Amino acid sequence: MKKLLSGNEAFAFGAYLAGVQLAAAYPGTPSTEVVKTCAAYDTIYAEWSPNEKVAMDVAIGAAYTGRRALCAMKHVGMNVAAESLFYSSYTGLKGGLVIINADDPGMHSSQNEQDNRNYAKFAKVPMLEPSDSEEAKNYVRIALEMSEQFDTPVMIRTTTRLSHSRTLVDMDESNRVIPTDEIPAYERNIPKYVMVPANARRRHPVVEERLQKLAALAETLDINKIEPGNDEIGIITSGVVYQYAREVFPTATILKLGMVWPLPKQMILDFAKRVKKLVVIEELDPFIEEYVKVLGLNCIGKDVYPIMGEFSPSLIREVSYKASLISEAPANVSAVNIELPMRPPMLCPGCGHRGLFHALKRLDVSVFGDIGCYTLGAAPPLAAMHTCGCMGAGFGVVHGVDKVGVKGRTAAVLGDSTFFHSGIHPMIDVLYNKGVSTLIITDNRITAMTGHQDNPGTGMTLLGEPAERIDIETVVRGLGAKRVEVVNPYEIDNVMNVLKECIDSDEPSVVIVRYPCVLNVKEKHPVPVVDKEACTNCGTCLKIGCPPLTKNEEYVAIDSILCNGCGLCAEVCPFNAIKKPEEQ
Amino acid sequence: MRNKIDFIVAGVGGQGTILASDILVEVGYKAGYDVKKSEVHGMSQRGGGVESQVRWGKKVYSPLIEKGKAEFVLGFEMLEAARWTEYLNPSSVVYVNKHKMFPPTVSTGQAVYPAESAIEEELKFRAQHFEWIDAIGLAQQLGNPALAGVIMLGRLSADLEIAPEIWLNVISDLVPARFVELNKKAFITGRELKG
Ligand SMILES: Cc1ncc(C[n+]2csc(CCOP(=O)(O)OP(=O)(O)O)c2C)c(N)n1
Repeated sequence: MKKLLSGNEAFAFGAYLAGVQLAAAYPGTPSTEVVKTCAAYDTIYAEWSPNEKVAMDVAIGAAYTGRRALCAMKHVGMNVAAESLFYSSYTGLKGGLVIINADDPGMHSSQNEQDNRNYAKFAKVPMLEPSDSEEAKNYVRIALEMSEQFDTPVMIRTTTRLSHSRTLVDMDESNRVIPTDEIPAYERNIPKYVMVPANARRRHPVVEERLQKLAALAETLDINKIEPGNDEIGIITSGVVYQYAREVFPTATILKLGMVWPLPKQMILDFAKRVKKLVVIEELDPFIEEYVKVLGLNCIGKDVYPIMGEFSPSLIREVSYKASLISEAPANVSAVNIELPMRPPMLCPGCGHRGLFHALKRLDVSVFGDIGCYTLGAAPPLAAMHTCGCMGAGFGVVHGVDKVGVKGRTAAVLGDSTFFHSGIHPMIDVLYNKGVSTLIITDNRITAMTGHQDNPGTGMTLLGEPAERIDIETVVRGLGAKRVEVVNPYEIDNVMNVLKECIDSDEPSVVIVRYPCVLNVKEKHPVPVVDKEACTNCGTCLKIGCPPLTKNEEYVAIDSILCNGCGLCAEVCPFNAIKKPEEQ
Repeated sequence: MRNKIDFIVAGVGGQGTILASDILVEVGYKAGYDVKKSEVHGMSQRGGGVESQVRWGKKVYSPLIEKGKAEFVLGFEMLEAARWTEYLNPSSVVYVNKHKMFPPTVSTGQAVYPAESAIEEELKFRAQHFEWIDAIGLAQQLGNPALAGVIMLGRLSADLEIAPEIWLNVISDLVPARFVELNKKAFITGRELKG
């Protein structure tokens, strides 16, 4: 029987079939559904770890005992987990460890488009790259067997398009590995697992030798295969890009790489000899291309196919046609003659983050930010966040800004999930090193941005079991914060007063802005009513950027389907023209 | 069976485009096609656009459709439909839900929502057939605006040589049990729109 699965669901199904017993991740688009789906299999213990590094350590621990383990993360999560990737490359493991790494070419929902094939090369571990959901399922098994055979973590690279496309998967379970319920014994082995210099020096040659053995394996591995065709053009490609290339070059000879690190040297040399013109088609970095060129081969690569952005069959056709590699021209599409306004994401109707950013804007604060729904506070008309680099950056950045002294008000903002991910350490820095900053935590009691995952502050685990909530206020006070305020973002006057006092003070302070995400709890109150007589159409309410508010000819209208009745617009109206129903 | 049929389903987060495209891809599979579906929903919950691409064929490689090669565009919202003109060709068919959802730039008065007639014209002259569907109106008559997507599918189904039972079975499989009857009704309502 076949079923349509997304790439991420297929990874999880593959993990189930391969007898994985532990799966850990921190959410991040486009990787989130991998471990979320693992949680549905009762043979897999699955968890949301507080960040990617912890997730990888947890998976490494399980693999050290001999069990099969998986961890998953988005590409930038690998930056956080990199330390653990590098040491586990040296120590190896006992059970299989597969790391699902999701790149995001085109930055559908990321702050950069780094190409994490570089990490496989950097950490000297193998990397596989499937091209559809069926391969996603199968490669997890291949990765785990390779991991055990070669005593190495194995990475699998996916991209947004693979992770979020649904393609057919054979659901046959007859070859499933049934996980053992024997209690594993941890086998102590200090020279292998304690990476002090003396031991690590002995491990490094093991790593280099392993890489050579893997390179030899790459020559014969059946996931690296040649699809014979017309040898005028020979294409080397991998991943979902293979599918685009196959479609645009229906008759070309293709070397489809299922393993993108280490690369099969002899296979590539033979392939180059066989075809007239060698073409490498790969998204993002010239990773395969550089390898090919180091072998002394000539090829077409980034001179034709862009180094940035997501590929598509349209793009590959367009640039291949321009480079005279194909004869079928791209469709002749005429431009639209009307202007189509963009539809950028924005804070939801009634979102509690809105009140905070409205207050920060009115206080004219330079806001050092972070990643989460609250990053949308940077979007117009609020435009009240002024930096966003990566998770956990804001608290450290504001400390630097404040330490050198800067004119005007400053503050930093991050969310509850981000606080647990990487916000505690920079807070320690501010508190211990005599900082003066105001650190704001928007505690909406959920990891909202990535689709509402639980976190240590929510009191629920990924497996749906209640857990002891970690109370942010207690943590912050435990770190030594003297001034800790908790405010409700809908009580604008209070938020303004508290922020002003905290920011203008010479002491460090922590402000917890607490209200559960209205989208998560589906909160709805009666919709406010606009008094058309009193409304002067001044536009003040529109400045909070709430989607249901629309400017009409003479007054502002509220879309009652979209509105959740939070009443913030009524709070900010200077003419008392918007009334909450209970006020009428 | 045709060689291939490519569909684009475009709308705004929360409009049911993902359910509709899930139904569409499943129907193709049940009807004997190789199928793939791709969707981008990164920020959809925050009011952004949602696009799904569904492909049926003898053998489908890419999950993405090439520009100029879509057989059908289903627009769940007028402006979102208009973004897909590049995917049309003179034999394409376009159905658009006659429904506007203002993006923030429009509601705050910084940008103008294009005129209905302009959107119609742009889509009409590139396609073989263009049709407005009052899907929201019909859905409200059935008691729930969320049914609009399945009404759109119903209209589409009338152009495809696939037994209605296949559609209805897939709808029963994918829709929560208590909404199945209503969704089947919505599907039939859409299917009967074909003049
Ligand atoms: C290293 C890293 N991991 C994961 C992500 C994906 N991501 C972006 S924001 C976010 C969660 C934000 O949650 P929270 O801080 O609670 O804010 P909210 O969205 O709820 O407002 C995640 C997981 C990322 N950008 N970087």
